[in-house]
Amino acid sequence: MAGEHYILECKGISKAFGGTQALKNVELHLKAGEVHALLGENGAGKSTLMKCIIGLYKPDEGSITFDGKPYSARGPADAINKGISMIHQELNPEPHLSIAESIFLNREDTRGPFLNKKLTNQKTEEILKEFDFREAPTTLMEDLTLAQAQMVEIIRAVSCNARVIIMDEPTSSLDSEETEHLFRTIRDLKKKGVAIIYISHRMEEIFEICDAVSVFRDGTYVGSRSMEGVTREELISMMVGRKVDSIFPKVDCKIGDVLFKVEGLTGKGFSDISFEVHAGEILGLSGLVGSGRSETMRAIFGLDPLESGRMWLEGKEIHIKDPYEAVKLGIAMVNEDRKNYGLCLNRSIRENISLPNLPKKQKGFLLNQRREKQEVEEVSKQLTVKAASIEDEAYSLSGGNQQKVVLSKWIMANPKVLILDEPTRGVDVGAKSEIHTLMCKFAAQGMAIIMISSELPEVMGMSDRLLVYHEGKTNGEISREEILNGEATQEVVLAKEFGEK
Amino acid sequence: MEKAAKKQKMIFGMNRSVFMKKYGIFIVLLIMIAFMCVASPTFRTWGNVVSILQQVSVNGVLALGMVFVITAGGIDLSIGSMLALTSVIIGKSFEFSDSIWLAIILSVVVCAAFGFINGALIAKFNMFPFVVTLSTQLVIRGIGYIICDGETKTLANKAFRQIGLGKLGGFLPYSILILLVVAVVAYILLHWTKFGRHIYAVGGNMNAAIASGVKVFWTRTLSFVWMGICTAIGGVILTSRINAAQPNIGVGYETDAIAACVIGGTSFAGGVATIPGTMIGIAIIGVIYNGMNLLRISSYWQTVTKGLLVIGAVMLDMFINKKRN
Repeated sequence: MAGEHYILECKGISKAFGGTQALKNVELHLKAGEVHALLGENGAGKSTLMKCIIGLYKPDEGSITFDGKPYSARGPADAINKGISMIHQELNPEPHLSIAESIFLNREDTRGPFLNKKLTNQKTEEILKEFDFREAPTTLMEDLTLAQAQMVEIIRAVSCNARVIIMDEPTSSLDSEETEHLFRTIRDLKKKGVAIIYISHRMEEIFEICDAVSVFRDGTYVGSRSMEGVTREELISMMVGRKVDSIFPKVDCKIGDVLFKVEGLTGKGFSDISFEVHAGEILGLSGLVGSGRSETMRAIFGLDPLESGRMWLEGKEIHIKDPYEAVKLGIAMVNEDRKNYGLCLNRSIRENISLPNLPKKQKGFLLNQRREKQEVEEVSKQLTVKAASIEDEAYSLSGGNQQKVVLSKWIMANPKVLILDEPTRGVDVGAKSEIHTLMCKFAAQGMAIIMISSELPEVMGMSDRLLVYHEGKTNGEISREEILNGEATQEVVLAKEFGEK
Repeated sequence: MEKAAKKQKMIFGMNRSVFMKKYGIFIVLLIMIAFMCVASPTFRTWGNVVSILQQVSVNGVLALGMVFVITAGGIDLSIGSMLALTSVIIGKSFEFSDSIWLAIILSVVVCAAFGFINGALIAKFNMFPFVVTLSTQLVIRGIGYIICDGETKTLANKAFRQIGLGKLGGFLPYSILILLVVAVVAYILLHWTKFGRHIYAVGGNMNAAIASGVKVFWTRTLSFVWMGICTAIGGVILTSRINAAQPNIGVGYETDAIAACVIGGTSFAGGVATIPGTMIGIAIIGVIYNGMNLLRISSYWQTVTKGLLVIGAVMLDMFINKKRN
């Protein structure tokens, strides 16, 4: 491939955060007028690389060449000036600005010290016409649909003479007609010689719109292919193969009766979800980020509203409208967002652990603090929380120990159903395997465990049964036998996550 | 890491930063007292100690309510108006009955009800505590004027005067006794009950509190109800002392209460406070007033000093919080 002209070339990019190597010697070669897909599982390193390109992160090693010259950006604004714009998945346009103001933000036309709104509006009108965009330049951003707001971002990028536009999951909230319109725009941009980096989990789209694809896995670059001649199977097999860096301590234990059952759950981000969990069973939920796994669990736990659907606990129908009721019924949830939903960081380990368990420690009106201390000591010893004292504030602990504190508080509540959303995220290897061991222990005590994990080996290694999510719906179920006898490989699971039947 | 910790000077088995965080403000109080003892012979007398405590009793009771509100992540600016309303209600109550208890209970119920309204507006509709209580402050002040038709009336009830001026056994003023009782109740509530734990959790991280099954609405609302109850008690002492039902009193009392909390280590970020700390905050403000009076420094400078002290305390709090992150 040497000798070909690339508009953007990244070579040997590495980036580490603390001890985690997010990117290892990664490359990317982008030609002008090309739509280039980036493909990879959650956490494969796609967004980290993009953030290196637009200057949000500084790579530890490696070089980026843009238009034949060495390139580095001090931040997104600098990147835009140099000709690289990124359209983020979650747009946050200034809602009170007009389209014209939004497009010419920081490049306003002025007459003397005053804004020249007339000129700006005129210029905007011309550009909008070029893109066949039928809204007045004075329309406010908050009155636009999501698709329109996204289009304004693209127009803004083009009007800044962007030569590379990065699109992060641009179709995730568009309907099919809007997607079609976006694709027409992308094809027009191609003709103008603009290169597009297209990040998406939707295979069909990648096959429809992209010319080439680069696959990432675990922070490494697997390879690039031209879209012509490549098959879905090949791409999926390139994505999997994340190293199994620990052997999972899954112990088979006696699986009892159905403990918790849901039917037809529908809410924001998921629809018509049905499943059941038995006592002593670990049910794994796998799927891409945003596929509706966490959303379902948040709704079950009462953090978000349910639109419809029914739930049964131990055969009795239950209704949960807030976490207070969920906890009272014996459902506990370890949230994926530990900082916001897990801990009060400026309070002590003791207070954090006993927070959901206070009613049990009351002696009349007062708390039985001696008993509280005793029980917290016991549970934190059982879960091997490493701290000088249970009076230490939670912020002083490492990620793994914080997670054990969160686990401790729910274990003390002795729940019937334990929901674990990414229980080992941001946790070191030692603590990770300890958490896995604990999960088996709890299951053996007759708890029903639901575990979400974005790490395929983890969720496959720990689950008795695996439920695969795809775009808000369940897309198949895999049993432990199928995993153990090799019928259900990582490829099979990932294919399901990507929507294959 | 460990070596560095060992190198640091240890004070009473704690390294210096932990020690200063826990007892720093107490040391400030001790230094102030030591200075005053040297500078003014009057300061050292038992009579002056009693006078300081009597002076801080109203503000102290208010601060012991405010500490709950701020710790749960709120603020209450309406307590000055509530003091006036209490005064007016007591006056009205004495028109119908001589019962002191009726007057007190009526005040407590009404102030608790307004506290509930404050809290419910804030917790239910997620409105800013600052804006809500800034508005209800006007409403409550107005209602006070409406009830008494704007007139100040001297109270004729002699027994009621004893609350503010009387002394138990001839040496311990009732107002100080009331402050101590409220402090003990506040201590038990904040440190020994579920309610107190929930206050800390809600102020520390509201989302985490919700996700732990805490009824955040009730926790926030009840913090304002407790504030209302404390305000009524403070109002009773104040009314007894001025011996009149007066609708224009209480202006600026919220500032002193907030100042006492903040000086005593209550974090405006929420989730951090102790009752002993608040008591020290109250004492420091008392010593500033009393000390500067004794040194014949004008009251204008007292106000300036208090303001500077609050800024200093907030900066200290931010400095500690920064370390955490």
